[in-house]
Amino acid sequence: MADYQAIIGMEVHAQLLTRSKMFCGCSADAFGAQPNTNVCPVCLALPGALPVANRRAVEQTVTVGLALNCQINETAVFSRKNYFYPDLPKGYQISMYDFPLCQHGWVEIESPDGAQKRIRIRRVHLEEDTAKSYHMVERTLVDFNRAGLPLIEIVTEPDLRSPEEARQYLMGLRTVLRYLGVSSADMEKGAMRCEANVSLRPAGSDELGTKVEVKNLNSFRAVKQALAYEIERQAEALDAGQRVRQVTMGWSEARGQTVEQRAKEESEDYRYFPEPDLPRLQVAPAWVEELRAALPEMPDVLQKRFVAEYGLSPLEASVLVDDRNVADYFIRTTEAAVERAIPPRIVANWITGDFFRLLKARDGEISDLQITPAALAELIRLVERQEITASSGKTVLEEMAATGRPPGEIVRERRLGQISDQEVLDQIVGELIAAHPEEVATYRAGKETVLQWFMGQVMRATRGKADPQVVLSLLEEKLKP
Amino acid sequence: MSDLARLTIQEARSLLSRGEISSVELTQAVLDRILDLDNAVKAYLTLAPDLALEQAAEADRNRANGGASPLLGIPLAIKDIISLEGLPATCGSRILEDYVPPYSATVVEKLRAAGAVILGKTNTDEFAMGSSTENSAYFTTRNPWDLDRVPGGSSGGSAAAVAAGMALGALGSDTGGSVRQPAALCGVVGIKPTYGRVSRWGLVAFASSLDQIGPLARTVSDAALLLGTIAGYDPRDSTSVDVPVAGYAAALTGDVRGLRIGVPQEYFIAGIQPEVESAVRAAVETLAGLGAEVVDVSLPHTEYALPAYYLIAPAEASANLARFDGMRYGLSLPADDLWETYRRTRGQGFGPEVKRRIMLGTYALSAGYYDAYYLKASQVRTLIRRDFDQALEHCDVLLAPTAPTTAFKVGEIAGDPLQMYLQDIFTLALSLAGLPGLSLPCGFDGEGLPIGLQVMGRAFDEATVLRVAHAYEQATEWHRRAPALDGSEGTRGG
Ligand SMILES: [Zn+2]
Repeated sequence: MADYQAIIGMEVHAQLLTRSKMFCGCSADAFGAQPNTNVCPVCLALPGALPVANRRAVEQTVTVGLALNCQINETAVFSRKNYFYPDLPKGYQISMYDFPLCQHGWVEIESPDGAQKRIRIRRVHLEEDTAKSYHMVERTLVDFNRAGLPLIEIVTEPDLRSPEEARQYLMGLRTVLRYLGVSSADMEKGAMRCEANVSLRPAGSDELGTKVEVKNLNSFRAVKQALAYEIERQAEALDAGQRVRQVTMGWSEARGQTVEQRAKEESEDYRYFPEPDLPRLQVAPAWVEELRAALPEMPDVLQKRFVAEYGLSPLEASVLVDDRNVADYFIRTTEAAVERAIPPRIVANWITGDFFRLLKARDGEISDLQITPAALAELIRLVERQEITASSGKTVLEEMAATGRPPGEIVRERRLGQISDQEVLDQIVGELIAAHPEEVATYRAGKETVLQWFMGQVMRATRGKADPQVVLSLLEEKLKP
Repeated sequence: MSDLARLTIQEARSLLSRGEISSVELTQAVLDRILDLDNAVKAYLTLAPDLALEQAAEADRNRANGGASPLLGIPLAIKDIISLEGLPATCGSRILEDYVPPYSATVVEKLRAAGAVILGKTNTDEFAMGSSTENSAYFTTRNPWDLDRVPGGSSGGSAAAVAAGMALGALGSDTGGSVRQPAALCGVVGIKPTYGRVSRWGLVAFASSLDQIGPLARTVSDAALLLGTIAGYDPRDSTSVDVPVAGYAAALTGDVRGLRIGVPQEYFIAGIQPEVESAVRAAVETLAGLGAEVVDVSLPHTEYALPAYYLIAPAEASANLARFDGMRYGLSLPADDLWETYRRTRGQGFGPEVKRRIMLGTYALSAGYYDAYYLKASQVRTLIRRDFDQALEHCDVLLAPTAPTTAFKVGEIAGDPLQMYLQDIFTLALSLAGLPGLSLPCGFDGEGLPIGLQVMGRAFDEATVLRVAHAYEQATEWHRRAPALDGSEGTRGG
């Protein structure tokens, strides 16, 4: 097989988290509602109904544009994209075409060789979702509850070079959308959908190959597999001296291959033109600056800060920044820990270790746990200062999660401040007995008060923290003749 | 008291407020007249006598309790392209034959809030595409002045109803002249407001960037009252504009001294009926005699208005009418596959003129043609708007004929779309510019058919347009004439 370079561009649609639909007052959260109950004259496209743009959706789109380093256009124009389909009630979709809200941005991904790579963002715009079709045996039913939900569309330049880069890009984008709180970006639930276009060219060449669109990429796994398959398919065709046809392919999860959906030659002409029912959007630069100032620290910036300021490894840092809530929690716990002279790395270990395990076991969100950052920092101090054992620390953490009580209280109540660990005390007792054969002999000769002397020695060795009951029984056992 | 039906709105208001008549009597008189005449005129597509009498009785009760809202108890007609909850809105089309809107247009809500009584829905060219009502899928409305002639269109049903005394006033919609031209042909007053002045919520869209709802009435004062009621910003229509509505009654001073009136030379061209030209020029003289200053102006891009309009309006219509797909409401003719369902439903649901415009518009927006047609037309539109802005910089209003001819015979030009399109040659440019225009009677031709004078004004300055029209009306008698439909009348009393 000849050596080819893959040229990949991605187009992502994500559902925005607004309260109402894009152009009407219907709820944007109709999940589980009876079909066709979350509708009105606008989203059913009754004659005479008119759209009114959702301001919050525009704001969220601009915010995404800013986070993706885009230029925000002062004027954006909604356009009609015309085509017939039963799930498209107006016979056109209100979208943006030649004047999108955001253009010319970029994001950085980590390419497989570990280097940072910049992926250019061509445009970010706003549009409305279609209804949902249910294809039955005899007929098709359409549920308009979803029709008109706000969708953000994010299109890259063809800067991705491998399926892994595409996956990296998507995961990064998902993190950004979640950080901004504008989308759940949940691919499995359809809140984030993506399409790719793929072409191949001989390595080292500048010419552009024929672009093939790949749709139906519903998970990160699907993205990687479908692109790998498609690259392979095109390479084989080129090797065989064939021409790659300009087609739209769909990824078939079941067959593990891309399947031709339609030839591009017969593709539709969408006859875009400016939506006359909506005035052009005037985006005030001052407003954009307000939104920019309100942007949270983005994950890539945060990751670099964690490495530089807190001395974390890049991997640890990337695990922590993956979820904005976790990152926030880490920062606040670290602040509380530093006051207790505990370094950030220890906090990172705790959070990525026991804390994540706890989250996973409870299948919960960080906000569901009742552990304040200060309480966690205190627990870490107790363990680090060896006031309680590591295993006690776990017990305390679990109880903190369940009850929300402070660690000190739990330690006192359960007397965990005492060393009752058999193993630990066993060792101490064993060493003392070995070091004092005379006293052992005296005891065995019948002088039982020597037991008290040994007890004193254990207490001295453990700074008074040993559990007397445990020590007593250990001593009795080991001093027996 | 069949004369009640011939009252102006203002006359009826004073009789109602003095308790000399009730709204039920007035409404019943109008309904009686409709029953007498509408078999011949055919202005109404849907008549709602029970609803109207119920609303009239409610208005009378309201008045007895001290109610005095501006249109309390006044019976009006609504063009069938405007949604009214519970009454059919066919838009003159087979594809919406059984469609009953579940909500009302903002203008209907405003009329009802002002106490108006709704008589029914009036005929229109299918989806407001036409200038004669001959494109209605149901029947052609007749001109009350000569039943062999058309009433103009597309709001021909509303204009004929008002002219024939089958409503004291009515709402129409104007995209390229659809209120003004039928007003001219039927000898009544019709206003196309500034684009954005009146909410389009509930108005079935023909060409969204041009459509405006406007009133038709027998006098300028009546039309002003209706406009004042329906105008204003509506958050449900993003293209409606938040400019305060002037007190239009206060504008009707009868005084035009100090106003400057422009007469655009491009509106007096070959092909215009000589009696139309002379009547309009005489009207200009009348206003000059009342103290207005008259100047000649030029609107140099006028000749491009018609081609620009017939690219922009059909382009928007091609998308606006895409929702009529047989899936959710209206005519549905299911076939074996989806595309055949579309083909049958739309093929049988739409009439030939609508199909022609859908094809025109689809073509104008197609890849490879967009720049040459739609985009170029949009640029021309900007130039036309600039023409008006320049002329209206030093003129308060412009005067011109509303239509090139008086009412033509039914069938006379129905087979010639281009000839029909030329009917709107004097109204299209103003629509493209988005400015307000009014048509009022300014004479009659040798056949006794009314001639319309068009008064065009600045954006959101309907007040000055109304002021000029009102002063002219006060100085003339044209508006007192009424069609001799039942032989007993020729002139309106009072
Ligand atoms: Zn809705």
